[in-house]
Amino acid sequence: MANAKKMDVSDEVAIQIEKMNKWYGSFHVLKDIDLTVNRGERIVICGPSGSGKSTLIRCINALEEHQQGKIIVDGTHLSSDLKNIDTIRSEVGMCFQHFNLFPHLSILENCTLAPIWVRKIPKKEAEETAMHFLEKVKIPEQADKYPGQLSGGQQQRVAIARSLCMQPRIMLFDEPTSALDPEMIKEVLDTMIELAEEGMTMLCVTHEMGFARQVANRVIFMDAGQIVEQNEPEEFFNNPQSERTQLFLSQILGH
Amino acid sequence: MSNISYVRTEMLQEKAPPVTQTGIVKWVRENLFSSVSNSVLTLLALWLLYTLLSHVLPWVFQSSWSANSLTECRSAIAAAYGEGTHGACWAVIRERFFQLIYGFYPPELYWRPNLAFILMLVALAPVLFDKLPRKMLWFSAVYPFLCFWLLWGGSIWLPLSIVAGFVLGGFAFKLIGAQFGNLFATIGAFLVPILWWMFAASPVASGIHSAIPLGLEAVESAKFGGFLLSILIGITGIVLSLPIGILLALGRQSDLLIVKAICVGFIEFIRGVPLITLLFVASVLLNYFLPPGTNFDLILRVVIMVTLFASAYMAEVIRGGLAALPKGQYEGADSLGLDFWQSTRLIIMPQALKISIPSIVSTFIGLFKDTTLVSIIGLFDPIGLSTNIRADSAWNGIIWELYGFIAIVFFIFCFSMSRYSMYLENKLKTGH
Repeated sequence: MANAKKMDVSDEVAIQIEKMNKWYGSFHVLKDIDLTVNRGERIVICGPSGSGKSTLIRCINALEEHQQGKIIVDGTHLSSDLKNIDTIRSEVGMCFQHFNLFPHLSILENCTLAPIWVRKIPKKEAEETAMHFLEKVKIPEQADKYPGQLSGGQQQRVAIARSLCMQPRIMLFDEPTSALDPEMIKEVLDTMIELAEEGMTMLCVTHEMGFARQVANRVIFMDAGQIVEQNEPEEFFNNPQSERTQLFLSQILGH
Repeated sequence: MSNISYVRTEMLQEKAPPVTQTGIVKWVRENLFSSVSNSVLTLLALWLLYTLLSHVLPWVFQSSWSANSLTECRSAIAAAYGEGTHGACWAVIRERFFQLIYGFYPPELYWRPNLAFILMLVALAPVLFDKLPRKMLWFSAVYPFLCFWLLWGGSIWLPLSIVAGFVLGGFAFKLIGAQFGNLFATIGAFLVPILWWMFAASPVASGIHSAIPLGLEAVESAKFGGFLLSILIGITGIVLSLPIGILLALGRQSDLLIVKAICVGFIEFIRGVPLITLLFVASVLLNYFLPPGTNFDLILRVVIMVTLFASAYMAEVIRGGLAALPKGQYEGADSLGLDFWQSTRLIIMPQALKISIPSIVSTFIGLFKDTTLVSIIGLFDPIGLSTNIRADSAWNGIIWELYGFIAIVFFIFCFSMSRYSMYLENKLKTGH
């Protein structure tokens, strides 16, 4: 059985979603989602609020449960088997709109907690890795502070570093800049761009269209729980096909 | 039209506040005499305070410390401070001091509760202050058994055989876990010690004791009393109710239907029944249900009831803390791949407990004061003893001195707990 989980996925495919459906009670949030993400791909998902884009990426690491269809992440079938869920979660990093750092732990402890307890890495080694990634997001000097003492932009960068410490193969971003002041958005986006340039597989729900143009291989537009349009960024922005996409783009780029 | 263009060429420096806005004058003005009505209230309060103290202080200090009865006390006070002076008769505290502290515990064995109390402080220290070496926690773990042995005496093999139950449980977990997996290991870790305690512990202990008699003189529960009893019941209840309360709170949030139903049922039932009722059940009714001839210690029964009672309240207090945590904390922990027990222990509980510290300590204080209720089922806690003392013809009619003394001792304990909780809250503050 353990081997069966690994079949029918080539090494090139990071995430495969087939005919996935999800309901909140009787409300149908996600309808027949089909999506294949190749390794190294950077995908930006956009769409009006309530279109199901956050729910979609939260299904990928089982923060939300899907009711129908198939999700295969990194060769592991996502089912209600708790072992599989934990395996997937430790391979997939996630950054949230509100950071979700642990306020009772220092920045360094935030970054070393999961490696120590989930990966069983010795504390010393975990701390070295953490400092490496904190340097990468350019805040090693904050390591001993607590999340409450940092600015929003710094907190989000810590959250990215915290995910990276688990050495994930895929990163999910759920509106990482939506809760930030304008002057802090850039520092977070720069970190994400750097990550993209290193070849990380990324799925990013965001309204930062400049970011989408610069780093995405593919932009997906969702509305009413379905994928309405997807294309390369250039084509997507300059020549949107669907009426809904045109309307959405005119609203967010219009002023 | 005026020109609205303006450019600041230089940023301003910070300045010190004006002189009238600092110092004691400002404090008095702002806090005591900020308006006419506040000034009137301040003066009124000062007058009330003066009246109160001018009556209470003479009573406290124009008192008698050495006398053998209330009448002796009164004549001594009249002789010293003039006829008609109302003074406190502290002599009763002096005469009955040891009884109020130890109850009827044999005086030649007072060193045992004393030692137990000092060791209790040592055992609590590493739990309360995380600066102390973590190795001390081993002593804290051993302390309950040591305390039990010191207070009740008897063969040392009994507490050791009880400890052996825990060790056996640990072995069972390891051995069964290696063969049959975690679920069976957990069941084994519960069952093996329980079977050991029920059937093997006491015969084994008495067996070894007859071979190697080692022990202290036994003291029976009926001799326990005074603050010794209050502290014993109170601290045991406090120490046990927190972990049980945490488990109940987690159980109440569980997705497992039966676990949830048991926890909700337990909490609602215990909270819906007065503590007095539970104490009566412990002292009277349990005897009817237990097989004839069973000697199930009364203090133990009371401790169990008080602990269950406090646990139910504790569970609700902690549930409040859990509910106050943002959902993002659970998701943050989940997204990193932590399993349920890891995220509960490392992320959720530390924060939920921190939020609930004030209410947890309130519950502790409530529990400690509720230990006086055991006087109603005939145990000689300080309140029970004071009734006893007043029944003595020598001290008939004495009220304020006894209750005042008991109140002060309780206040010292409860106030320390309250200050400790404030210290802890400050220490755990990690915001700005």
